[in-house]
Amino acid sequence: MKRTLALTGNESAAEAMRQINPDVVAAYPITPQTELMHAFTQLVADGAVKTEMILVESEHSAMSACVGAAAAGVRVMTATSANGLALMWEIVYIAASLRLPLVMAVVNRALSGPINIHCDHSDSMGCRDSGWIQLYGENPQEVYDNMLQAVRIAEHPDVLLPVMPTYDGFIISHTLERVDVIGDDEASAFVGEPKPRFSLLDIDRPVTYGPLDLQDYYFEHKKQQAEAMKRAKEVVREVGEEYGARTGRAYGFFDAYRTEDAEQIILCLGSAAGTAKAVADELRDGGRKVGVLKLRMFRPFPAEELARAIGHARSIAVLDRAEGFNGVGGPVCPEVKAALYKAGGADVFNYVYGLGGRDLGPDLIRSVFDDLEAGRADPREAIHLGVRS
Amino acid sequence: MAINLKELSKKPVPLSPGHRACAGCGSIIAIKLVLMAAEEPVVCTCATGCMEVVTTIYPYTAWRVPFMHNAFENSAATMSGIETAYRALRKQGRIDREIRFIAFGGDGGTYDIGLQALSGAMERGHDFLYVCYNNEAYMNTGIQRSGSTPMCAATSTSPVGKESIGKRQYAKDLTKIMVAHGIPYAAQASPHRWMDLMEKVRKALRIRGPKFINVISSCHRGWRVPMHTSLDVCKTAVETCHWPLFEVEDGAWRLNYKPKRKAPITEWFGTQKRFAHLTKPENAKVVEEIQAGVDRRWSELLHLCGEEGG
Repeated sequence: MKRTLALTGNESAAEAMRQINPDVVAAYPITPQTELMHAFTQLVADGAVKTEMILVESEHSAMSACVGAAAAGVRVMTATSANGLALMWEIVYIAASLRLPLVMAVVNRALSGPINIHCDHSDSMGCRDSGWIQLYGENPQEVYDNMLQAVRIAEHPDVLLPVMPTYDGFIISHTLERVDVIGDDEASAFVGEPKPRFSLLDIDRPVTYGPLDLQDYYFEHKKQQAEAMKRAKEVVREVGEEYGARTGRAYGFFDAYRTEDAEQIILCLGSAAGTAKAVADELRDGGRKVGVLKLRMFRPFPAEELARAIGHARSIAVLDRAEGFNGVGGPVCPEVKAALYKAGGADVFNYVYGLGGRDLGPDLIRSVFDDLEAGRADPREAIHLGVRS
Repeated sequence: MAINLKELSKKPVPLSPGHRACAGCGSIIAIKLVLMAAEEPVVCTCATGCMEVVTTIYPYTAWRVPFMHNAFENSAATMSGIETAYRALRKQGRIDREIRFIAFGGDGGTYDIGLQALSGAMERGHDFLYVCYNNEAYMNTGIQRSGSTPMCAATSTSPVGKESIGKRQYAKDLTKIMVAHGIPYAAQASPHRWMDLMEKVRKALRIRGPKFINVISSCHRGWRVPMHTSLDVCKTAVETCHWPLFEVEDGAWRLNYKPKRKAPITEWFGTQKRFAHLTKPENAKVVEEIQAGVDRRWSELLHLCGEEGG
């Protein structure tokens, strides 16, 4: 039965995990992921899920245990943030290359140093090339919806890649909002049962996972992994549509908001989109042709679809919640520029914002739209939005 | 059930021939003996290192049992996940077979980079046996010193030179560290006493909970010994009390072998060129110090095992 609840992002993720009912969860505490695991371990303690918890001694071991459990053929989940994700790094890549369909919620937090517990995307952006599918959620509702869909996407036989649903630390993880959840039976039916092809516990059909792979095969395996990531696009689309048919909330690669005739477009990920859409509405009321493109799926990157959706604009501002330390700006903008290459004449500007949890208010969003309209921004250089000089 | 050669000769060998271990590799002998000792089906993991490399070069595998290599430092953490998955499926009634779990790691992957994951897994009480094949250095990467390398051993990163007589530190006592975790079973073994090693494995696998066995495993490349002497040199390690054989079951220490004549540590040094510099007269003092250390640890062990005065 459908219910409407008031949940924080972390509680919303925990509610999705309750319904997914994974066989094994291995996790280590880190702010702001902690409340998700508090809520989930309480569910385990109450016998509300069948899950076996592994309360490991580090995130490195959390991901290692997840890899082991997934290779044993069960459904596995974990969650982390920032430095925890950084400590997992090595095994994050191994999980993807072993084609293990894990789901890991990443509650976005700024990477150290300096140490900071608040939101930016430096953690998940840092592992954008690790072979994980990445879905960015805007609010607790999307957190819940992305978690359920992540399981289906990861375990799809055309994909078999781990999925990382992410949401902004504190801004989403600790903010109470309305969340519509589907019934337990409906959620179970949607996620289905895992169907592992090769299990370490299949004694009669012994398999070797993780062999040494040298010049003669490594490249082919990497190509297969890249092809699986390409195929994931279609699966994300199918699963998003099916989820929409069941719940009334359909999902695609991105959410194009008032972009059809927009001359100026802001492209962003996560919670910033809510503010950006509110400002776009306000400016539209004043007669300005502005829109917002909220990117939900960053990996795989929906380049062609994105070019079709925003290529017509006169100017586009890409808002990056991470600094790339590459001398030109954040990690999202170069990918958007590459997607738009030969797709139209849009000028693309890069804004780095919100590092370490710095607030992004409507005034800053307004200033970006004003920049775009006035043609003030220098396309060669990223602007650090709202930073003191 | 006692272990005998007749019985063993009928058992399928879980590790196939054709693997790429060096002729005379002590570690591969140890691993084969461990696998042969198991009475139930086993699932294994191994840390990155020689044994992973020589048994699994794609598209081949020497493992006739389910096997996973994940990374260097996480054999124990990976096994924690596999064992927990098994427990979850047992609880749900989705699997009814008895399966045992064995995690392997070399001394680099166990004493050093994997110590945290091992400690965590032992503390959490997972039901698996961890076996360290201890060849006393990072052999796979080219014989670099590890936390298990003995005092004064020459390695690639603790070479002998004008200002150096090899490694300047004693090996850490990992077996004692494992005992301090309060696990139900911990032991030291050597492949030259194959019956003792296999009985320990069998005993360990009958116990529920975390178990640890540390197996001295010669490496002729790293120890610089003739390859046909791999088991002889392990024997010398035991006869000199460099590597005593004992077990600790539920906190009770038991000595498994007491040399009739406790050989001087120089006999152990004499078997291996990594210690060749210790025969020089100017190094006599340090040899005395090492002998004193061996003697002290041996009498401590005798005390723990209630064997004083014997």
